[in-house]
Amino acid sequence: MLTPDSKAAVATRWASLRRLSPPALRGPARFVASLVIALLGFGIIVALQGENPVAAYQDIVDTTLRTKYGLSEVFVRMIPLLLCALAVAIPARVGLVNVGGEGQLYLGAWAASWVALSFGSLDRPVMLAGMFAAAVLGGAAWAAVPAILRARGWLNETISTLLLNYVGILFVQYFVFGPWKDPLSANFPQSKPFPASAVLPALSTYRLHFGLVFGLAGVAILFAVLRYTRWGYEIRAIGGNPEAAHRNGIPVRRYLVVMLLVGGAMAALAGFGEVSAIQGRLRPSVSPGYGFIGFLASWLAGHNPITIVLMTFVLAVLTAGGDSLQINQGLPFASVNLLMALTLFSVLAFRGSNRVAAS
Amino acid sequence: MSTPFVQAVASGSIRSGTSVFYAALGEVIVERAGMVNLGLEGCMLTGACAGFIATAEFGSAYPALIVAALAGGLFNLVFGFLVVTRRANQLASGLTMGLLALGLTALAGNDYVGRKAEGLGHWEIPGLKSIPFAGDVFFQGDLLIFGVVPAAALVWWLLYRTRWGLHLRTVGESRTAAFAAGLNPSRIQYQALFAGGLFGGLGGAHLSLSVAGVWLEGMTSGKGFVAVALVIFASWHPVRALAGALLFGGAVAFQLQLQARGADISPFLLDTLPYLLTLGVLLVWGRRRQFQMPGGLSEVFEGTN
Repeated sequence: MLTPDSKAAVATRWASLRRLSPPALRGPARFVASLVIALLGFGIIVALQGENPVAAYQDIVDTTLRTKYGLSEVFVRMIPLLLCALAVAIPARVGLVNVGGEGQLYLGAWAASWVALSFGSLDRPVMLAGMFAAAVLGGAAWAAVPAILRARGWLNETISTLLLNYVGILFVQYFVFGPWKDPLSANFPQSKPFPASAVLPALSTYRLHFGLVFGLAGVAILFAVLRYTRWGYEIRAIGGNPEAAHRNGIPVRRYLVVMLLVGGAMAALAGFGEVSAIQGRLRPSVSPGYGFIGFLASWLAGHNPITIVLMTFVLAVLTAGGDSLQINQGLPFASVNLLMALTLFSVLAFRGSNRVAAS
Repeated sequence: MSTPFVQAVASGSIRSGTSVFYAALGEVIVERAGMVNLGLEGCMLTGACAGFIATAEFGSAYPALIVAALAGGLFNLVFGFLVVTRRANQLASGLTMGLLALGLTALAGNDYVGRKAEGLGHWEIPGLKSIPFAGDVFFQGDLLIFGVVPAAALVWWLLYRTRWGLHLRTVGESRTAAFAAGLNPSRIQYQALFAGGLFGGLGGAHLSLSVAGVWLEGMTSGKGFVAVALVIFASWHPVRALAGALLFGGAVAFQLQLQARGADISPFLLDTLPYLLTLGVLLVWGRRRQFQMPGGLSEVFEGTN
């Protein structure tokens, strides 16, 4: 039994131990600890399903990190996650909550497909540039509605972006099941295959594609703009206190709109990468929820561009590894969602920085 | 538009709006206590799944409703652990809970996909049912449909006529003020989440036990998010939530009737109608009501929390 006195003594001892550990290590240590908790929890569920959890984890590591092909698959998942996380992080810098990454991704995929299917005879560089531009415009246009409504103070962007996800997905399905349906694929709702000129170049002999450059460039540009430019200074001012920023002559409304449009364009590029490099045609399911998982990745990373890279990498390992669970361990597809959810849950629950926001 | 069409849309709107209504009612309680639960989508899914499994196991849908409600309540308590105890970001926690529910229910309901269960019984009120038009619209349905008005009244009474409701709304306006007044904000928020989850679970159960009659993975398809939006439209009031749910249900029923009558419009475009309508009503009526938002919610929506 601990007496109150000895409890206090333990508490001080614990506090002094904490002071010894360098602050820079505390965050990562907590992150690793919560990852371990999530993996233990998922292991129990795997065991309840009558499978061997150790073999399952062995399998995840073997199929993702131990082979070149596996690593390439991890990056393939990381590309859309990274871009969708940026779609959240950029508007979040001025205090906007963009939950519409999924819909913006679908619109980008749709716009890129429109170029690929309508202008089949273009040369490759022109074609790819056209698809890029169309995707950016499509995603930005989709984000423009919530952006303008928010900037005018009419409707909160959290709810509008959330609801527009479903509209965007249905919009793509309308085209895939209707006007763009490939007559040759009788029972599969999908568009005609894209011409070869519309396929993004690969970065390796496997499926890893040029989209990674978009993602990493996005991270680098965001980092540089925030740190070294006047825009970054004004963005930080708005993020800190929009009222004060407005009184100091910063065009707050314009920033709100532009940042959400840029966010929409980022998610749209994820859609461009998926249809161009991975699927080669427009299908009804462009994304298995990359927009939502990207949202969570950005929040868990505190919207910090560098941390986002690490976070999306970890989530990509889980997604890619989850696929092998399904194939090799006979676990249902839902297990992937569960593994991801448990990871996010325990990171959210055991993060140290939560307390700062306590009132 | 002919009378049968209008009648079919009117009775369909009640049927389609019921699940969203219960979910929105639960969310009113939660948001009045100062929390936004985007995990409502997952709460409904949990209720839908638990209710269906319980029906298949018990052979009757009525005890299964209790199971569904409790499953929803427990689910929300887990959300409470994140946002009340751990003070994690509410929007991110809600989406995480949604993902968790998607995975858990798909796993738990895997053996029940494609099975048919004896859902909620269809009742007609003798005498009143034979009134032209109104009889078909108002005096037939299942237990949950008949429970809509009593449930709205119950929540209104709880929030505005009981001490607990007063405390809950105080916590929703300001945790700090509530704490200073000697209340235990965390306990009240957990209670609100549990109560809200009971309704969310019932809303989900109406989907699997009445509207669809089967269990499907991810069968809520955004209805939980719509319910969250309708709560804003309803300006956090239980009775106005009823109006919002009827509008949403009306849009669903309208497009279903158009499809059933072979209208030459793509079903995918028609399916967007309920979401666009929800956005539309928020835009037209939601604006003026923003000032009625419980104080504790504004920081969640401002995105800085």
